[in-house]
Amino acid sequence: MNKITNNKAWFLVLPVFFIVAISAIIPLMTVVNYSVQDIFDPQTRFFVGTEWFEQVLGDSRLHDALIRQIIYTLSVLFIEIPLGIAVALTLPRKGWGVSASMVLLALPLLIPWNVVGTIWQIFGRADIGLGGYLINLMGIDYNYAQNPMDAWLTVLVMDVWHWTSLIVLLCYAGLRSIPDAYYQAAKIDGASRWAVFRFIQLPKMQSVLVIGVLLRFMDSFMIYTEPFVLTGGGPGNATTFLSQFLTRMAVGQFDLGPAAAFSLVYFLIILLVCWVFYTVVMNAGKQGEQ
Amino acid sequence: MAWMAWTPITAAFFGCIFLMLIGMGIWQAVSPTVPRRGFLPLTTTRGDRLFISLLGAAYIHLGWLAFTDAALWIGSVIALVWLVIVMRWG
Repeated sequence: MNKITNNKAWFLVLPVFFIVAISAIIPLMTVVNYSVQDIFDPQTRFFVGTEWFEQVLGDSRLHDALIRQIIYTLSVLFIEIPLGIAVALTLPRKGWGVSASMVLLALPLLIPWNVVGTIWQIFGRADIGLGGYLINLMGIDYNYAQNPMDAWLTVLVMDVWHWTSLIVLLCYAGLRSIPDAYYQAAKIDGASRWAVFRFIQLPKMQSVLVIGVLLRFMDSFMIYTEPFVLTGGGPGNATTFLSQFLTRMAVGQFDLGPAAAFSLVYFLIILLVCWVFYTVVMNAGKQGEQ
Repeated sequence: MAWMAWTPITAAFFGCIFLMLIGMGIWQAVSPTVPRRGFLPLTTTRGDRLFISLLGAAYIHLGWLAFTDAALWIGSVIALVWLVIVMRWG
């Protein structure tokens, strides 16, 4: 049978193409233009070649922010993904509990980022915040405004509180799509709970987990608002992540050229990691099917 | 387009990328790509290999700027060789 191809359908993609061009491609091209110039405004600019890239790549503050960012993103993924899967596995499958847990889980996702930062800023304070007060009451000297480790843990716990629900909801959707026949077959074979998880549930959740990990990776790698509101990047530079470093450079110091060069390096890191991750997982999926 | 602060070099750079995409589109229409496996550890189409080689070229340039003081055109030549190798044998 000959497959009928209709290339007119490509015209339907045009609106998306224009939206992406205006919102992403043209700004990115402008950033590339800025990155090779010492620029104050489009009329006042001097070509400097690769000078900003050399400066940014040799900047020890950038290296520190990058290391902090990598540790933070890995911590977020290592906590939120297993926790999200575990919570999704324990959710009810029918009855009123489904709606109740869906609403409860969706609540943190509905709160704007700056409000999340404010909530945790107050919650973590020892004088007026419940969390900070209780921790200090237990004899632990906790102060996220002065102790870098406390600040780190607070930012991390805040992210886990805010975003684990996303992984839970995605995994739950994946789990619900598994037909009962799989579980019945596993029961007949006498499969253990672990075997059911490893060979039925986990493979079926793979595609949603890829989306979940990619979303959490990208979001946590460019996190800005919550730590900015909570700690302002401090104490010292302890919670200054890449995007905050970039914003300080671009908006605070108005160093548009170096900020543009840094943006491109940042973009390339995200592009590489996402591509590697996506390719590895998708190839693993194909091999699994074969 | 003055607000985009174009320079001749960046215009040429994006011109090349644009021409590459047009060229790849025409090539695809004339002879559709067949996924294959070369020295890269995954099955790739022609477009995949172009993406990998361009991303690799960007990292070669960044690495060159970060680790050497030698002229950048040497890095560009290495990136070009990388592009040809990936497109042909990748």
